[in-house]
Amino acid sequence: MKCRKCPAQAVLKLPRHNTAFCSTHLTDFVRGQVERAIKSQKMFHPNDRILVAVSGGKDSLALWEILLKLGYQADALYVDQGIGTYSQTSREKVERFTELVAKPCGATLTIHHVEEEEGANIPDLANLIHRPTCSACGTVKRYQFNRATIQGGYDVMATGHNLDDEAARLLGNVLHWQEEYLQKQSPMLPASMEGFAKKVKPLYRLTEREIAAYAIVNRIDYIVEECPMSKGAKMLVYKDVLNRLEAESPGTKHTFYFQFLKKQAKAQPTQGSMTQTDHATLKPCTSCSQPTSTGICSYCKMVARAKTATS
Amino acid sequence: MKIHLSHPSRNIEMAGPKRVGDVLTELHLIPEGYLIIRGEDLLTEDERLEDSDTIEIRPVISGG
Ligand SMILES: [Zn+2]
Ligand SMILES: [Zn+2]
Repeated sequence: MKCRKCPAQAVLKLPRHNTAFCSTHLTDFVRGQVERAIKSQKMFHPNDRILVAVSGGKDSLALWEILLKLGYQADALYVDQGIGTYSQTSREKVERFTELVAKPCGATLTIHHVEEEEGANIPDLANLIHRPTCSACGTVKRYQFNRATIQGGYDVMATGHNLDDEAARLLGNVLHWQEEYLQKQSPMLPASMEGFAKKVKPLYRLTEREIAAYAIVNRIDYIVEECPMSKGAKMLVYKDVLNRLEAESPGTKHTFYFQFLKKQAKAQPTQGSMTQTDHATLKPCTSCSQPTSTGICSYCKMVARAKTATS
Repeated sequence: MKIHLSHPSRNIEMAGPKRVGDVLTELHLIPEGYLIIRGEDLLTEDERLEDSDTIEIRPVISGG
């Protein structure tokens, strides 16, 4: 199979765009889609400072690389969850990437150690609060990424969520008619109130397969292994179902998510209503002052319990 | 040919020659969820694999 743009051998077929690209044109395509996402959603400006949430996986490392290659000022934060060899390997991947790619561009990496900062690693924290590991992990990551963005004076925080992540999450929310979550499912969430960072997902136009292919042809060494705690996660089932539909009719995932975004934009022409809801329901946490609806935020509750258990 | 798979990490053997797409079909894998790598090269589904080839079938879907 030949590339549609030049005589070179194709490395990836993209059925949803009815095309195929060589490694050079795949790279152009992926970076072009990210640039389009940034501009169309007004994610950030050329002079903004961006904090990328990196995990060592393909999406976040590819995102960091793409932003740097496009000339943006992007630093990164890695949260070390303390999940055995998985955390160790993913951290090594992030550190190696930083040395090879980020540092030469003048970008920096910050590492947050959960065990040192929160008093226990993620599996232990989850046990203490009797919640699934993924839920404790989500609480810590959301909290720390938001805090680092605000305290570091960054304009925006970027995550590696891709089209498959967003379509799978939408499917999950629709299956359970969780309308309150639908409102917040957007590739760009403004800083709705003081204490909340602006959050963007510049990879939302790209599938996981396109991003993995980009990482491979651009020699980005990422962790292929899955987090041992996320086994059997519902997201994987939703993604598999969507990929089966995609195989039957290419473009299904894109249509599903993008038509939702269109309807959402029509229903709330400005982001105003969400800001109003946030202002009406959220107050500063009595312990850390990050906005919360529960007096003391779920992060502070969890850490307080870890401190009493270990003291 | 030798095939490396992940989640969990394992190696299997399959007789060649065969097209990449047919290897995926035989293993009941949907192309949208995987990439096929030989050495440092990504291969499209129409590519022919020889009996002497070593390839990796890498899943692209993560839990997140
Ligand atoms: Zn080309
Ligand atoms: Zn708090």
